[in-house]
Amino acid sequence: MGKLSPRHAVVDSNMCVACGTCADVCPTGAMEIVSGVFAKPTEEKCVGCGICAKECPASAIRVEVRS
Amino acid sequence: MKKQQRHWYHYLWIWSIIYFSLGFVNILFAWLGLISFCLPLIFAIGGGNKLFCNRYCDRGQFLRVMGSQVGLSLRREMPEWMKGKAFRYGFMVFFFAMFFNIIYVSWLVASDIQGVQEAVTVLWTFQLPWNWTYSAGITPWVAQFAFGLYSLMLTSEIIAIVAMLIYKPRSWCVFCPMGTLTQTICKAKYVPTAK
Ligand code: SF4
Ligand code: SF4
Ligand code: SF4
Repeated sequence: MGKLSPRHAVVDSNMCVACGTCADVCPTGAMEIVSGVFAKPTEEKCVGCGICAKECPASAIRVEVRS
Repeated sequence: MKKQQRHWYHYLWIWSIIYFSLGFVNILFAWLGLISFCLPLIFAIGGGNKLFCNRYCDRGQFLRVMGSQVGLSLRREMPEWMKGKAFRYGFMVFFFAMFFNIIYVSWLVASDIQGVQEAVTVLWTFQLPWNWTYSAGITPWVAQFAFGLYSLMLTSEIIAIVAMLIYKPRSWCVFCPMGTLTQTICKAKYVPTAK
């Protein structure tokens, strides 16, 4: 298992409209749309770059320091 | 960082341009707009997913190409109320009421209660003459439905483009009636799994 990045994307599933924009732009292929309901990043793949957060039209993504 | 592989479906945004161009030539092509109504529902009801939005929607792609790649979007933050459930569900109900009204008017034409309106109505207000796309001989209700559907598709495209220009490129997807409906269906079918 590789080392996890210090920051990662966190999705507010209440705000998410499951449009898939984040999955489309994520350079590591970390974002997945779970059953057409909300987006969820694969922790091991997310490098916390924030590209998805910049593009999300619903402002449902924040990039946070991993706890 | 690795560049994502391009697939044939990444070019479906071209369909948006083709669709509106075809309706400019012959209004009967507007019927093809039903694909955008049926496919998302087939994915949502049959597969319990939003694969149409996530992969195959020409409009979603068109907005991202124009907003992000061409750089037409001002990328302002959308007002909170636009992202709220009241607006999203309210707009969905209104939009589908307008869709059923198109079916109702087509039925009136089929029943000879009303004649065909050879016009495209934009934003439910402005009537644009569109008569060159229609020739006598076409079954009147078929033409009427085509004018109605094209009006609805054009209206929603205009709203989507304005939202793309002001807010983030795919802002329309936040309150898109089809997107809201399919997410609602997926939510109803969703069974959370452990892990
Ligand atoms: S871009 Fe935003 S709204 Fe769309 S699926 Fe991703 S988190 Fe959800
Ligand atoms: S923060 Fe970067 S790596 Fe993580 S999900 Fe978003 S786009 Fe992908
Ligand atoms: S929300 Fe609407 S416009 Fe956006 S991808 Fe889905 S169907 Fe297309």
